Amino acid sequence: MAPAAIELKGINKSFGAVHANRDIHIEIPKGTIHGIIGENGAGKSTLMSILYGFYQADSGEIFVDSKKTEIKTPNDAIAAGIGMVHQHFMLVENFTVLENIILGAEGSQLLNAGIARARAELHRLEKDYGLEVDPDAVIEELAVGLQQRVEILKALYRGAEILILDEPTGVLTPAEADHLFRILRMLKDEGKTVVLITHKLREIMAVTDNVSVMRQGTIVATRKTAETTVEELAELMVGRRVLLHVEKGEPKPAEVKLSVKNLTVKDSRGVTMVSDVSFDVRAGEIVGIAGVAGNGQSELLETIAGIRKAISGSVLLDGRPIDVTGAADPGELRDRGLAHVPEDRHHVGLVLPFEENENAMLGYHDDAKFLNGPFLNIEAIRADAREKIQKYDIRPADCRLKTANFSGGNQQKIVLAREMEHDPGVLIVGQPTRGVDVGAIEFIHKQLIAMRDGGKAVLLVSVELDEIRSLSDRILVMFDGRVVGERGPDATEGELGLLMAGVEAREAAE
Amino acid sequence: MDTLVQLLDATVRVSVPLLLACLAGLYSERSGVFDIGLEGKMLAGAFAGAAAAAAFGSAWIGLSAAILVAVFLALVHGFASITHRGNQIVSGVAINFIAAGSTIILGQAWFRQGGRTPSLAGDARFQTIDLPGAAAVSDVPVLGPIYSDIISGHSILVYFAFFMVPFTWWALFRTRFGLRLRAVGENPAAVDTAGISVTWLRYRAVIITGILTGVAGAYLSVAQNAGFVKDMTAGKGFIALAALIFAKWKPVPAMFACLLFGFLEASSIRFQGMDWPLVGRVPVQLINALPFVLTVILLAGFIGRAIPPKAGGVAYVKER
Ligand SMILES: Nc1ncnc2c1ncn2[C@@H]1O[C@H](COP(=O)(O)OP(=O)(O)OP(=O)(O)O)[C@@H](O)[C@H]1O
Ligand SMILES: [Mg+2]
Repeated sequence: MAPAAIELKGINKSFGAVHANRDIHIEIPKGTIHGIIGENGAGKSTLMSILYGFYQADSGEIFVDSKKTEIKTPNDAIAAGIGMVHQHFMLVENFTVLENIILGAEGSQLLNAGIARARAELHRLEKDYGLEVDPDAVIEELAVGLQQRVEILKALYRGAEILILDEPTGVLTPAEADHLFRILRMLKDEGKTVVLITHKLREIMAVTDNVSVMRQGTIVATRKTAETTVEELAELMVGRRVLLHVEKGEPKPAEVKLSVKNLTVKDSRGVTMVSDVSFDVRAGEIVGIAGVAGNGQSELLETIAGIRKAISGSVLLDGRPIDVTGAADPGELRDRGLAHVPEDRHHVGLVLPFEENENAMLGYHDDAKFLNGPFLNIEAIRADAREKIQKYDIRPADCRLKTANFSGGNQQKIVLAREMEHDPGVLIVGQPTRGVDVGAIEFIHKQLIAMRDGGKAVLLVSVELDEIRSLSDRILVMFDGRVVGERGPDATEGELGLLMAGVEAREAAE
Repeated sequence: MDTLVQLLDATVRVSVPLLLACLAGLYSERSGVFDIGLEGKMLAGAFAGAAAAAAFGSAWIGLSAAILVAVFLALVHGFASITHRGNQIVSGVAINFIAAGSTIILGQAWFRQGGRTPSLAGDARFQTIDLPGAAAVSDVPVLGPIYSDIISGHSILVYFAFFMVPFTWWALFRTRFGLRLRAVGENPAAVDTAGISVTWLRYRAVIITGILTGVAGAYLSVAQNAGFVKDMTAGKGFIALAALIFAKWKPVPAMFACLLFGFLEASSIRFQGMDWPLVGRVPVQLINALPFVLTVILLAGFIGRAIPPKAGGVAYVKER
């Protein structure tokens, strides 16, 4: 085996009462791609942030290239040749690409020299790795895929020999993810070491040499990728057998619950995001909307949920119109039985500084069961939250904990529990399993199927093609704001992929 | 013509404390530390400056004392809001109270002149400087008076204040420190992961704020006036904050905003009690309120949205 690029010995880390990493031992051979998987909140990001010096371990030792190395700050890590692409990007949004790249590695007190050098170096990196990005573009105007490139370039610019990527593909389209993996293989061929955190077991099988599994703060197993299977990994992660495919019966579509007609939506800059979209969703079926992120799905969802205004068109809920071009009131829609699980749970779905039990009923706080005359019935709210925590296996099982202290996957479950348990007639969900581990995905998928079998109408938007294909009874593909095709659940990945890339639409236009 | 020249000359003089305070706030707020306490630091600086100048008979010692005291208060603000992650508004307000109270108490205890410091003269006060050739060109029409009356004939602190405008621009946009300063006010986590200490960077910004507010205070009591009078900042720290928002946290617009507010103040003094055609006598309170009214009106739509540094006002917390 190659010598270890990194060796961690006895790492412990606690955040208050949460023991995020306990006695971690791990060895990562030089020149390999090492996968790390584990449930939400297993401590993957924490461990890698310790290696990068962002957090400091309570105890334990770090060896880089077999030399004991004190990593107290990111500066120490950078000096030791470690670079990291964080789960939540660490970019200054109103800076240009170039400014972000040189930040902290400016070279001299005056900027001009550093910027010129960076521009040349960037050009070289772009050529070598196919990481094209406009050096003078402002970050906030770049798509997430490009922002991630900037993060990778940042690490390479600092001469990283060891690159850590924390869930890099959560925000990428399949094509972008493939490109990323090509780059990772190139880095490996150059002798660099890559650590890859992901929830997607398929990616683990495709690119890694070894994989470590974390559970509740410890490493429970390390395997050679070639000698393991997806099933084994899933079981190691969750501690029980996981159903990796969705089991469902024939749909029994009934009356139309939600009807969208000729809907057109523009964004704040006046760009048409949804153009002339029409479709129906019936009781007892799941309609999936596939598409590469940014093709209007988000805006469509928001418009139906009443939080974004349409330019023209109409939406009928149970045959009665929603005032989508005027003052649609999300609260009223909720009363009419429309539940919405937003794509962006951090900004739209939750108030992070609130306690879990408060978020678990937010938006339904006018319900009689949560009220005690004019006052909130705190006891009832907490009891209800505890029930949901039980049923949805939300961890830690503490309804008084601040929502910000739950891991991403568990936050998602809080939102899902709130919306689904209200027994809505129509459920619209965006990215229900983004950043969620396999065990939770299995559970969420089961819940969605149960809703459908219970005669509810479900509209599902997801950039995960697998998810769309395994859950939907009908699949609509959106490209450039329009629905460019409808397929059954038996459509192949290739067929949908072409539609998503706008291939058929373009041919038809010619 | 004479009236206009006098008015503009006065504008320059009253703009200077605004400008210094505004630039002071710019450094702090660009780093993500909001500072309501500009007013207090200026006031404390003015008192310390006048007291030291009176005691030692030197304007320069007065200036040093002003800077020292203002930097001390700035460090208190930094300690509360950077190190201890306290509420920046509360800390700033507290500093204003401390400054307002302690200058009166100490002034009375030391000098017994009802909160005033002894009147400064000679070397104890910054004298005006005549720029070369000012007298020679003063008869040239238009340009002459502009040079000799408006540009020439101010104290060194005035030139320092205006020099700080291009300097701040240069520091902010052309140096490594400036890049990091702007970054830490937008996204401290990005700065942290780039291997730079967020704490030290913000402390440096806060210290610069202290220095500039100290100079502003010294200007008030040791240059523009010949001594300290209680409450002599009279809300200038807050007008400077308004100018900062108005200028969208940029140095050159900050100068123009301060000149505009300075012009309004100079006019209110100049035209006090004057009868205007049609409207008659305008109450001085109305004119004094103009900078604030103007800020509200202009911010409400005329200059577009003023977007503050994104991380402004919140302490950087890495581990909850
Ligand atoms: N800065 C922090 N302050 C307090 N607690 C934290 C912090 N970061 C993480 N935690 C807690 O530590 C535990 C491990 O979190 P971590 O982010 O490492 O999980 P993860 O394996 O990366 O999960 P995910 O797959 O959801 O990203 C969680 O319980 C989390 O709530
Ligand atoms: Mg993570």
